[in-house]
Formats: sequence, structure tokens, C-alpha cells
Amino acid sequence: MTVTLMLLAVMMVLFGGWLFSHSLNVRPWLAQTADVEGGQLPPAVTAPRVGLAVFLAVVTSLFALTVGAYLMRQEMGHDWQPLAVPGLLWWNSACLVLGSVALQFAWQAARRDDGPLLRGGLLVAGGFTIAFILGQGLAWWQLQAAGFYLAANPANAFFFLLTALHALHLLGGLFAWSRSVFRLWRGATPRSLLASVELCACYWHFLLLVWGILFALLLNS
Amino acid sequence: MAEHGQRSVPHAQADEFDDVELVHPKSFLGKYVWSQDAKVIAIQYGVTAIAIGVVAVVLSILMRLQLGFPNTFTLIDPSSYLQYVTMHGMIMVVYVLTALFLGGFGNYLIPLMCGARDMAFPYLNMLSFWFYLAAVIILMASFFVPGGATGAGWTLYPPQAISPGTPGVDGGIVLMFVSLCVFIAGFTMGGLNYVVTVLQARTRGMTLMRLPLTVWGIFMATVLALLAFPALLVASLMMLCDLLLGTSYFLPEMLNLGEPSSHAGGTPLLYQHLFWFFGHPEVYIVALPAFGIVSDILATHARKNIFGYRMMVWAIILIGVLSFAVWAHHMFISGMNPYFGFLFATTTLIIAVPTAIKVYNWVLTLWRGNIRLTVPMLFAIGFIFTFVNGGLSGLFLGNVTVDVPLAGTYFVVGHFHMVMAVAPVLVLFGAIYHWYPKITGRLLDDTLGKIHFWVTFLGAYAIFYPMHFMGFAGVPRRYYGFGLTTYIPDSIQTLNAFMSVAAIIVALAQLVFFYNLVRSYFRGREAGPNPWHATTLEWQTEHTPPRHGNFGAELPVVYRWAYDYGVPGIKDDFIPQNLPPDQVEKSEPLAQMSRGRLSL
Repeated sequence: MTVTLMLLAVMMVLFGGWLFSHSLNVRPWLAQTADVEGGQLPPAVTAPRVGLAVFLAVVTSLFALTVGAYLMRQEMGHDWQPLAVPGLLWWNSACLVLGSVALQFAWQAARRDDGPLLRGGLLVAGGFTIAFILGQGLAWWQLQAAGFYLAANPANAFFFLLTALHALHLLGGLFAWSRSVFRLWRGATPRSLLASVELCACYWHFLLLVWGILFALLLNS
Repeated sequence: MAEHGQRSVPHAQADEFDDVELVHPKSFLGKYVWSQDAKVIAIQYGVTAIAIGVVAVVLSILMRLQLGFPNTFTLIDPSSYLQYVTMHGMIMVVYVLTALFLGGFGNYLIPLMCGARDMAFPYLNMLSFWFYLAAVIILMASFFVPGGATGAGWTLYPPQAISPGTPGVDGGIVLMFVSLCVFIAGFTMGGLNYVVTVLQARTRGMTLMRLPLTVWGIFMATVLALLAFPALLVASLMMLCDLLLGTSYFLPEMLNLGEPSSHAGGTPLLYQHLFWFFGHPEVYIVALPAFGIVSDILATHARKNIFGYRMMVWAIILIGVLSFAVWAHHMFISGMNPYFGFLFATTTLIIAVPTAIKVYNWVLTLWRGNIRLTVPMLFAIGFIFTFVNGGLSGLFLGNVTVDVPLAGTYFVVGHFHMVMAVAPVLVLFGAIYHWYPKITGRLLDDTLGKIHFWVTFLGAYAIFYPMHFMGFAGVPRRYYGFGLTTYIPDSIQTLNAFMSVAAIIVALAQLVFFYNLVRSYFRGREAGPNPWHATTLEWQTEHTPPRHGNFGAELPVVYRWAYDYGVPGIKDDFIPQNLPPDQVEKSEPLAQMSRGRLSL
């Protein structure tokens, strides 16, 4: 829980500090006399971007809590038997990295209004992501075949839980990705897809980071 | 003065911040069922939450019947009593209070008070309600599965919650956890909307420090909920795995009828940490919107600016941040390290500081105000009394040495009902009386409202105050009956009967409220756009009730904070947030002075 608490504390302090900074040197009881200033966030901070940032905070909380539970269970229970992490996970990780890189290229392509590169980037990213999810499923099957059943040990149970949660989030990302691909296929210009491709790329990078932390955790337990 | 809403005041350019794509459906289903209008969604949330709340009240009356008149009603057996306790608690905390404050008032008030057309993501907002409805239906279905609803207590602690012998272990507990997961998914969709709308969709001039405290309270509560609900989600998923897939996250090795269970090594304490990591912020998820709403009701009906606005905002932020560092005060008797107990007792007492600041500021807002004892104001003042009472008993329970003998007794039941049941419910009623004229265009009946207030307020004290004394006497909570327990005197039974009668009277008084809601909808006095002469933007809309899009062709521009009441030298005793300084009419002597006709 210490891990989670520290992470949430940092998030809350940063956010609380940002809010607090908006209240310093402000006299809210004074009416505006000159032209009304905006009072909003800068135009670049669009609703979808803020929405994604807030959602990533929620997902961070979810994974931080699950990792916190993982560490507590490992420490409190006396039955923890480390899992033999399948080598396949390295290949899966490579797929996710490549998926993320491809989406980064797609993002750049959308910025430059480069249709073919965008199409290629999106398709490669989707392909590698699907390969990652299938690979995770294969790793599950390998573990089961090797006798690392879900209920046999808490280390196994947490492996299945963490990877399932991560894969579910990627599936949600693939839903957003598929909408972009569909729009591109229907003739949308790369520029018009910039916002959604950008959000997909940021989300993929975030989930890559989460997977990196989870994988490191699994390797070191 | 009500004409302020109709004055010609500057507006933001139509498309300046108007980037929410509004869907204006023509059909009945599109307008009222599959609506993406936050106000309709708010009403859908409100009606559903109140309906499920009625179920929870009925369950509480069944409990009181057993406690007041033991073994008189054959319908109530020990198992069903535990089911009533569990379902009453969970429904009230999550499905009524959270949903009504955030889904109901959040949806209705955030766009209107921020000067936005709608929520940032209307489609997601609509989905949020349908997920909530699905969660409610799943939860209600648990009453009808074999074995009935779960009777594990609202905290659903393992191993009891999923062990044989506990009511509802066959299906009820599964539906409970599934329902919670669906609720959390739905809430996340709604919560994203509330946060993004407040941060991103405010109209021109609506700086963060000009937001009404209602919005601040709902906003911060949503941030807490978004970060805390994942703890409940993880705990629910892990419990489902333990129950259905045979894992041992929480379940230790146990003997059942002499046979060892298939589980081993699990730690129930882990569940408690996860549950209370959600559970304590949940208190503030309910309390912060109540704090915000009551601040606005007090200022409006006392015709006075809120005392210490900035302090109120800082207190909301600080309470939000600190609420993540106090969860283990619910676990003083769990066997955790005593040093942790000391740490969490300290953080618990620290959180009382910003909370006390808020209470002082409410009282100082009333001080020398032009108080109008309207029905919303009665409920708001009732809240201050109740919250102070509940908060003070919280100081007892926040200290380890006092908590240890009181834990698990009726003192705890009395405390949390005062502080997070009666107090927020009083605010909910006050808020409904306050904003009903905007929602329907008609005022609720004043006399019926006052009857409703006094019976509810006094009745609630008659129910929950004696519980503190019962707790001191050591009467344990959650028990179906006390049999011949020698240390419990006979007078406790008399007290229980008295509390049960009070509970029935309070429950019946709510019929007056419902009658008032329905009668006033058809025959209530026309409210006009701004019956309370309030300053905030929802009262300045072109139409009452506001139409989809809220503000007609152009969005309002905000020039001031939300608390310009009783400003000296001004003709009216309030200045709407969107009234430009050059259109504020001065009072006659001041106007003459400024024209040089009056010398002092």
C-alpha cells in the first residue's frame, strides 16, 4: 500500500498544488472591471486531451492499487512461490514496443498530412498490438500447461489478474484505434484524424509504460 | 429582480467555447430516454437513486421492526435481517448518496453553473447513466436469486462474505460484486465528464476562483471517486476470483464442517486495506458535494457572501488530499501495527482542521445575515447541527484508545448515520427544495416542506442520538437479537422500541415530501426564472426549465464571483455573476451622490 499511497500522494499533491496556485493572489470578491479574461485552459488543452489525462490518472490508480495488493500479498502470505516467467513475454513486450513506435509514426504522419504513412502506421500498430494480446493468451496457455494454474499459488493468480487487466485496457484502446482506421478507410483526411491518433498514441505509450513496470515486477518476484 | 435573467447582458461569442456537439433529438425516446442532455440524465439519475433509496428505507424499517419489537414479525429471520443490514448500507452509500450527489446534482448543476452548453462528452455521459441503471438492476436481482441477497455486512469482509453459511453466498454476493464493478465502470464515464467539464468547458470569465462552492465540492468529490473507486474494483475482482475461480487472494485456510477448504494463505486484511482505501474517501465523496451545496444555500438564503471563500476552497482541496491518508482508522482493531494506529489517528485528527474551518465559515456566513428561514435554509441549518454532532463523535472514534472499546457497537452506527447519512440527506432535501423551481418551473409547497423538515430533522435525532448511549452500554451492532445477554439492561429494549417508532414516523414523513413533489409539479406556484434572487448562472438562463444547450444562442460572460449578496450601495441585494459592472444599478442615495446631488 505504501507504493500506491506514495503515487496517489504525488498525484494529489501535484493536482492540489495546481488548483492551489490558481487561488493565490486572487481576490475572487472583486468584479471584473476591464475586458473579461478567458479564465479557461489554453486552447491547446482540448477536452479530449484533458479527458485522456484524467482517464490515465484513473488507470494509474487501478494498476498502482493492484501492484500494491501484489506486494502486500507477497509479504503477508507465507505461500508465495515465484512464477517461472515465460520467455514468450519478451517477444510480447517487443510487439508492444513496436506497436507503440508505429503509432508514434502514425501520429507524426497525421501531423504532416501523410496519408500512406498514417495508414501504414495504424495498421502496423494494430497488428503488433493484436499480436501482443494473442501472445499474452499463449503465455497463459503455456503456464497452465506447465502446471502454474490460476488457483495454485497467489503469484500465478496475480500474474493472470495483472495481465488480464492490462490486456483489457489494450482492447479498449483497440476499439478507439478501430474507429480511426474505419474513418480513414471511409476517406477521412489524415489531418482530421490527428486528434484521435494522437490520443491513441499517448494511450499506447502509457500502456507500454505500465507493461514495463508490471513485467519488471514479475521478473523480480 | 427576477428579471435579471432576462436582461441584455454580454455573451461569449456563439462558437468561442462552444465545442460540444449537441444532439437535439426530436422523438420522445431520444429526448427523455436515450438523452444526451445532462439535465435529463441528471433527472434519470435522481429518479433511479430515489427509487432505490425507497427500497433501502423499507429495508431499514424492517430492521427497526425486528429491533424494536423482537420476534414479532415472522417475515424477519436472522438471515434476512443480515441481508437487510447489508443491502441497506451498500445501497445508501453507493447507489443513493454517491449517485444522487454526483450523477444527479453533478449532471444538473456543473454545466449550468460553469456556463457550458452540456457536459464535455455527452454520449459517454448518457452511457454512464445506463451503466448505473444496469448496476442497480443487477443489485436488485440479488434479492430474487436462490439464497437471496448477501448478508455479509456492507463492508463485505472476507472470509465471511464468501464462506458457506453466510446468507446470499450462492448468488447474492456474486451479483453484489458484479453490480459494483458495473457501477464503477459507469461512474468513471460520468466522472470523466464532470472533471473535464469543470476544467475545460467553463465560459468566459468563469475562473476557477469564481466557481460556486457547489461545483468545487462536486468536482473534488469526483476526483476522489475516480481515484478511490479502483480500489473497490480491484477488491471486487479479487473476491470474485476467490469465490468463483478458487484463488486465495483473501481467503485463508479454513475448516468448514471439519473439512479443510480449498483455499490457503490468503489475507483478509488485504481486503480491508483495499476496501477502506475506497471506503474513507467515499465519506468525502458524499460529504464534499454536501459541503458545497450547503455553502451556496446558506449564502443565498442569508443574503450574504460566503465567509472565507478562499479558505472554503482550500479546505475542500485539503480534505480531498488528506482523505487518502486516513483509511486505516477503520481498522484499529484489525491487529495492525500499533504505530500505524497512531499515525492514522493523527491524520484523522488533522483532517478535522479544514473540516472545522468550513463549519466556522458557515456559521460566520449566517452571522448578521439577512436570514430567510425558507425550507432549503432550514435543511441547511439542520445540516450544520447534525454535521457538528456527527463530527464530534468522530473525534472519539478517531482515537485508538477510545475506538477500541466502541468499535462494533451502536456508537459507530450512531456516528456514521449522523455524519454521512442524516447530514448529507438533509443537504439533499435542501438542494431539491432549492433547485426544484429551476428544474420544473414551479415552487414546492412551503408548509408541506416545513412539516417535512421538522419531522425528518427531529425524528432523525430521535433515531440516531440514542444509539450513542447504546454504544456506551456496549450494545453490539448487526445483531438480530440480544437474547438474555446480561450486561444489556432492559431499558435498551425500551429505547429500541422508541427508536423504531421514530423511524416509522420519519419514513412516513417522506410521503409528505413525495406528495409535495408530485402536487407541486402540476399545481405549484410559478417560480419564474430566479425565485431565490440568486447570483449563479443556472438562475440566469433564458428559459425555465433550461432547454437543451442551457443558455440560448450565446453563452453568458462572467464578471464576478457567485456571492455578491447584500453588496453595500447596490439597489438589489444581489448581483448575478453575468451582470457587467456598468449595468449594476446603485441604490438611490449612492446614485444621487455619484451625480453630485447629495452631500454627506
